[in-house]
Amino acid sequence: MKTWLALILALQCALCAFAGEAPALAEDPVVEQRLMVISEELRCLVCQNETLAASRAELAQDLRREVRNLIKEGKSDAQIKEFLVSRYGDFVLYRPPFNIKTFLLWFGPFLLLVAGVLMLVRLVRGSQRSAAPAALDPEQRKKAQSLLKDTDTPS
Amino acid sequence: MKAKALIPLGLFLLLVVFLAVGLTRDPHELPSALLDKPASLFTAPLLDAPEKSFSSKSMLGKVWILNTWASWCVTCRQEHPILLELSKSKAVPIIGLDWRDKDVDGLKWLARFGNPYDVVVSDNSARIGIDFGVTAAPESFVIDKTGVIRYKQNGMITEEALRDKILPLIRELQK
Repeated sequence: MKTWLALILALQCALCAFAGEAPALAEDPVVEQRLMVISEELRCLVCQNETLAASRAELAQDLRREVRNLIKEGKSDAQIKEFLVSRYGDFVLYRPPFNIKTFLLWFGPFLLLVAGVLMLVRLVRGSQRSAAPAALDPEQRKKAQSLLKDTDTPS
Repeated sequence: MKAKALIPLGLFLLLVVFLAVGLTRDPHELPSALLDKPASLFTAPLLDAPEKSFSSKSMLGKVWILNTWASWCVTCRQEHPILLELSKSKAVPIIGLDWRDKDVDGLKWLARFGNPYDVVVSDNSARIGIDFGVTAAPESFVIDKTGVIRYKQNGMITEEALRDKILPLIRELQK
């Protein structure tokens, strides 16, 4: 079972790493520079934790080629991202857009932080209250004093 | 007091449930951004006759399936008998998109395993694939009479998916 798993994983790595075409040399350095900047913010959809800039998956190469063409056509960064989002969804963006669906994603951590602070405040206040010396009735006071006296006398 | 002590355990169990559900989901199964949107029109050379071309415009007015496949794709071979059967039933035209493949290999593959497609076009450079948001093969799209994508199958068309989702949808759309 383990060897199978290892084999499958190795195969997947090989698939991801399989570089089909050689990188286009002597490309316009300005275009390449912009391609790098844009694709750093885009997700490779095959190796999902890699950027489009870093991935060597074949699909990533295709998409880089497509982005390169769009740059040459004079499209703006926003237009290029829109091109990919309309085909692959928001998932292709590493920086998720702010909308109703992603509200929790953006504000969830802050909501949790506020909840944590509120809980902490309540906890500290609660312990302060219980730590305050409770009033003793006369009988308890007497008993306590007699106990103190007993411990004060050196044995 | 006792109930309060159980809160962390409760939170922990909640976290476990979330993580457990997360584990059962395949991160490659993305919701298609193209669902219920018009499919991009394409014109592509036929795989068996590159001098001729097929335009997806000719499918307007029909319900059809676009199936991406490739000769190097293992899952496509698993899917193949199901497509052959579907093609025999003549329920719906199937257009094949030979994606990121060499034409020679694609043709050999079809000759060996049978051809379920009404038309097969080649997409060696994945240009059409990108317009359909394809990330892997096989992927299939059900496209309605007005050219809108109504269903996307990530991975192979299983018998269950065909019986429970795709065929009922096609029957509905063909009305």
